[in-house]
Amino acid sequence: MPIDILMPALSPTMEEGTLSKWLKKEGDTVKSGDVIAEIETDKATMEVEAIDEGTIAKLLVPEGTENVKVNTPIAVIAADGEDLSASTGAPAAPKAEPAPAAAEAPAAEAKPAPAAAPVAAAPIAIQVAADPAIPEGTTFVSTTVREALRDAMAEEMRRDPDVFVIGEEVAEYQGAYKITQGLLQEFSAERVIDTPITEHGFAGLATGAALAGLRPIVEFMTFNFAMQAIDQIINSAAKTLYMSGGQLGAPIVFRGPNGAAARVGAQHSQDYSSWYSHIPGLKVVVPYTAADAKGLLKAAIRDPNPVIFLENEILYGHSFDVPQLDDFVLPIGKARIHKVGKDVTIVSFGIGMTYATKAVAELAEQGIDAELIDLRTLRPLDIDTVIESVKKTGRCVTVEEGWPQNSIGSHIASELMEKAFDFLDAPVLKVTGKDVPMPYAANLEKLALPNVSEVVAAVKAVTYR
Amino acid sequence: MAVAKAKVGSKSAPAAGRKTATVKSAKPTPVENFSKDQELFAYREMLLIRRFEEKAGQMYGMGLIGGFCHLYIGQEAVVVGMQMAIRTGEDQTITGYRDHGHMLVAGMDSKGVMAELTGRRGGYSHGKGGSMHMFSIEKQFFGGNGIVGAQVSLGTGLAFANRYRKTDNVCLTYFGDGAANQGQVYESFNMAQLWKLPVVYIIENNRYAMGTSVSRSSAQTDFSRRGVSFDIPGEKVDGMDVRAVKAAGDKAVAWCRAGKGPYILEMETYRYRGHSMSDPAKYRSKDEVQKMRNEHDPIEQVRARLLQQEWATEDDLKKIDAEVRDIVNSAAEFAQNDPEPDASELWTDILK
Repeated sequence: MPIDILMPALSPTMEEGTLSKWLKKEGDTVKSGDVIAEIETDKATMEVEAIDEGTIAKLLVPEGTENVKVNTPIAVIAADGEDLSASTGAPAAPKAEPAPAAAEAPAAEAKPAPAAAPVAAAPIAIQVAADPAIPEGTTFVSTTVREALRDAMAEEMRRDPDVFVIGEEVAEYQGAYKITQGLLQEFSAERVIDTPITEHGFAGLATGAALAGLRPIVEFMTFNFAMQAIDQIINSAAKTLYMSGGQLGAPIVFRGPNGAAARVGAQHSQDYSSWYSHIPGLKVVVPYTAADAKGLLKAAIRDPNPVIFLENEILYGHSFDVPQLDDFVLPIGKARIHKVGKDVTIVSFGIGMTYATKAVAELAEQGIDAELIDLRTLRPLDIDTVIESVKKTGRCVTVEEGWPQNSIGSHIASELMEKAFDFLDAPVLKVTGKDVPMPYAANLEKLALPNVSEVVAAVKAVTYR
Repeated sequence: MAVAKAKVGSKSAPAAGRKTATVKSAKPTPVENFSKDQELFAYREMLLIRRFEEKAGQMYGMGLIGGFCHLYIGQEAVVVGMQMAIRTGEDQTITGYRDHGHMLVAGMDSKGVMAELTGRRGGYSHGKGGSMHMFSIEKQFFGGNGIVGAQVSLGTGLAFANRYRKTDNVCLTYFGDGAANQGQVYESFNMAQLWKLPVVYIIENNRYAMGTSVSRSSAQTDFSRRGVSFDIPGEKVDGMDVRAVKAAGDKAVAWCRAGKGPYILEMETYRYRGHSMSDPAKYRSKDEVQKMRNEHDPIEQVRARLLQQEWATEDDLKKIDAEVRDIVNSAAEFAQNDPEPDASELWTDILK
């Protein structure tokens, strides 16, 4: 039987990749362990090894093809003695003419990846209120969150020689999630510093450097590992300004991916939004769009206070329009009305916005006009924007991936009760991650996370529809 | 910068080529006699710390100082000897919670320190820090840290800043035998040696981590060897002899200034009082304490030499004692009469 070679998933969040190079051609024999192709994900270029033995009967996807979905058949191996010309079980392959790089992979079209679609999906057309910080007539460039973060760091490092990046794999590896790509080449190993795996130690070291007046950007490979360092973040970075009567502070950014990725289990899937936003002395930023990621990271680097900058691995690959401005800095502590509406206020931030935006679109089809607020900063929290919105709508639903108890949603509910009680026409409902450690199984993980229909249901409940 | 050297252009481990397993406890640095001025300086500084701490203990007993109060009595030679080895105002100092002596010797005003102990607005942190949390940018003193061992990573970071800015300043990072068992100490040792950071790790081994003796807490009780697996040189120092401390300090500081990386000094010292004011110190005998006081007291050693050399008479020393008492008394008076911080201070200095 001929064997299909499928486009492999090479990271927990990979959905598609570029088949950059074939190292075997049709008719070549392969044995298990031979490198047959190179595949480029958004994080790295990886070699693909054959597992089966035989002869390459057909290369189904030409090299240079982008956006090849995971699990798409990319080649067929015939066992020894099989007729090479025999038709295969794979979908009709294109002629092996070099296709332009931009060409859609026909195989991908023909056979959608069977893998469970992760939370990320195609953007939905939503009328986004213009950010008042952006001048009219500005051109926008589609940029991934990943690139936006990198650009922000690079721009600030060019601007201020005291800014440096320190963390695991930030330099020579170019970033475990490729956020620091190219920084080593531009700024040298003096300012882009690979550390040993030693979170507690390097968080303390960087905080010490900040006390001395430098401006470190500490990358945690993920925020899960920052629990090893949380004493230094809270007891040293956040409290020193107060304890010193204002003499000494720590201008430092702790950044990295936060929250669930995809199928990485309980120890690697946790949202720290409410943890850090509990702490006086910290600022906490959780961007959703690439523009916010850029403008707010630049602000965080310039801020004289310790800033926790919570990114999200799944959002890294999402593209958004980023204004093309020489120096695009957004204010920390200002929420953004993502969409204006009148029937209900939905409040979210970070990856929670992916559920919220889809819910808003779905609700619009059902005649419910939701206002969507992206908090962007959790501390200081722009509760005024939420209150103003609720005064108009009378109803509020919060959306986040974190656990329900002492969540951002709980805090907003309590603030609204104190400050907008007379305006509420329904209880504030919160949509959160479920109150369980993150399971590994795909179906359970999906159940543990919030979803669009939960948001829709909550909105219907508070609007009595 | 060593960071660059260590990381670029080599796929082999940065330690390649470095000799391994050759570091032993360095030989004790020969003790040189002090000049008259040095002896007098050391005597006065140590006496100031002792009298200050005695007064703080008394004021704690009167309820004027709250919370935790860790006295430095017995260990004075360590900070005084080390201070004589550095450039005040350029080299940094950071320590843990037993920090009053470090601040006084750095030249911080005794009034400001005592007023912080009483929680008054004239305190170094306007009364918002307390005994364990005082800082002085002017004197390059970075606290005053209440989390055991945390200052070791922070001090390593201060040294990192020196290297980043290409100065030849050195950071003195003090911690105790108790903190020496914290994990982040070794994370810091590793980075300091990897990047050749100018930090002197001063382990003040006063034999007890609160109530737990080193023999009950530590598999390796020779703390000068705690850097062996990182190739960090270390040596044991008689921390009751201010001359020995200064000699070892000179050597360690010169090592760091020359860009050779970190250095460990284990100061064998002793605290006469309990771990904190509320510690009755039942874990050791009165005889043990008395023996240290009688035979090794750091101040008495200097005093004896001053008299023996005829560099000072009893009357001269009494005069110094009186001057020191005046300083301490006026600090105590200030600290009792200075008003508490204004209520509005509650909400300031949270963010810049």
